[in-house]
Amino acid sequence: MQVVIPILLSVLIIAGPAAAETIYVSNEQDNTVAVVEGASMSLSTAINVGRRPRGMALSVDRKLLFVAVGDDNRIDIVDLAKRQVTGQLPSGVDPEFFVVHPDGKRLFVANENDNLVSVVDIASAKVIGTVDVGVEPEGMAVSADGHYVACTSETTSMVHLIDAGTLDLVDNLLVDTRPRAASFSPDGKQLWVSSEIRGTVTVFDTTSRAEAGKVQFEVPGIRREGVQAVGIEMTRDGATAYVALGPANRIAEVDTRTLAVRRLYLVGQRPWHVALSDDQKRLVSANGNSGDISFIDLEDEAVVKSVPVGRGPWGVVIGP
Amino acid sequence: MKRRHALRALTGILRREMLRTLRQRGRLLSAIIRPLVWLAIFAAGFRSVLGLSITPPYQTYVLYEVYVVPGLAAMMLLFHAMASSLAMVYDREMGSMRLLLTAPLPRWYLLAARLLASVIVSLPLVYLFLLIARYWDVRPPVLGYLAMFPALVLSGLMLGAFGLLVSSISTQMENFAGVMNFVIFPTFFASTALYPIWRLAEAGPVLAMIAAWNPFSSAVELIRFALYLRFDPVSALVVLACLVGFFLAAVVGYDPGRGLWSRRGGEG
Repeated sequence: MQVVIPILLSVLIIAGPAAAETIYVSNEQDNTVAVVEGASMSLSTAINVGRRPRGMALSVDRKLLFVAVGDDNRIDIVDLAKRQVTGQLPSGVDPEFFVVHPDGKRLFVANENDNLVSVVDIASAKVIGTVDVGVEPEGMAVSADGHYVACTSETTSMVHLIDAGTLDLVDNLLVDTRPRAASFSPDGKQLWVSSEIRGTVTVFDTTSRAEAGKVQFEVPGIRREGVQAVGIEMTRDGATAYVALGPANRIAEVDTRTLAVRRLYLVGQRPWHVALSDDQKRLVSANGNSGDISFIDLEDEAVVKSVPVGRGPWGVVIGP
Repeated sequence: MKRRHALRALTGILRREMLRTLRQRGRLLSAIIRPLVWLAIFAAGFRSVLGLSITPPYQTYVLYEVYVVPGLAAMMLLFHAMASSLAMVYDREMGSMRLLLTAPLPRWYLLAARLLASVIVSLPLVYLFLLIARYWDVRPPVLGYLAMFPALVLSGLMLGAFGLLVSSISTQMENFAGVMNFVIFPTFFASTALYPIWRLAEAGPVLAMIAAWNPFSSAVELIRFALYLRFDPVSALVVLACLVGFFLAAVVGYDPGRGLWSRRGGEG
């Protein structure tokens, strides 16, 4: 018994953080943000937001959830404690995806129809600047030190590097066709950009801005055109990246050092984005066509459950 | 029937069954190769066939390999039960079973002991198959292997009793091709071993209905649910009821005095 109690306690402590987490999923066609309890992996409620919610991000203090509602040309602010929209931010036309700057004060928003990146001041709820980028900007990323913001433009097939301080366009790098998502490595030395049509992820060295490598994906039994790379999520230690493969219905686990695909996880249809839990032990994918999210236990290396959340799940964020 | 006597008979039958199984190297080998061929070759072509739906007890999308493994485990039990029932015919005609049935123990007890022995010797192979299936990424929870044990025993007994019944009413069971065509194949194919009900319903409501009523489907689902740590009460009841029904009918069939055995023209 003396041995059992400490073991039980440690199990409870380990299970603690995972049990407390909540998963937020933007349902593009339902105009809702689904709230899923992390512990029970069950849908608890849906928060009504503006039309066509896609990109989402937590505020730096993790108390608010920003939701880009593209068809209403704004960003809704959801109070996570109240589970309702408590405010709005301007965003420029048709916001699809955005990032919260680490300073906690600004949002960088991709305006899909205006070929712009808008910078929004959260406190004053005003657009304080814009940066011209390529056609149909979509993916956004910010480096951990807050120095750079990256934006991909779908039609131009480029990734644009923006100085977050001066809002100058620093560089434009060509990538594979129809880039979707971008992600800086935690140390800021690499920038990963996914290409939807080619089904690749191009890795750039942020210092030399040269291509440092490319990740190729192959899914047994699925033709090459069916393998499209979209959302990217990197672990905090930078050792592993997870890439959603769209119509291939898989999430790829990539070794960031060798750029080799370690394994593929079968999830629902057309996963768009993925999110890692705070303890880095669980990954959740938002599956656009099957209307559900899939939970992947990264320690067991297995997909454990898929939970229906609504029509057209697109973005996914794991919060407190 | 004294308990000591009964126990000695049971261990004797078990030992004999074990020795015979171990001696039949070819049968052992084919028993393990058969499901592996299904898994490695047949299932490979259907990999993504289930990608569109979630079928209980699975809580997420599974590849076909994952779906088919419990069905193949049940198939191993089915083949073993049929082969064992054929051996019974041989035994009955060549003497050893005849000798056994003259023992001063009730006939039902001897048949039950024989049935249990046959199921027990088949289980290590089923577990070996499940272990090899992990190579194909069929990785159920570890506790599931333990939970499926009673499901395997119950299903094995039910299929064994079915085999006993088949062998007791048939005159020409020496012909294994006949058993394959008329018993094993229909039982196996018109069940949920290879396809879930909703997939069969797409092909035709009649086929889906047959599969739903097929006791082998219940055995497959009982094993499948247990492997994923869930209990399927309806399947368990069906398997149990069929076990009792088949076994009682087999006992009657094996009674030389009033069963079908005597009606077959004194050949026994």
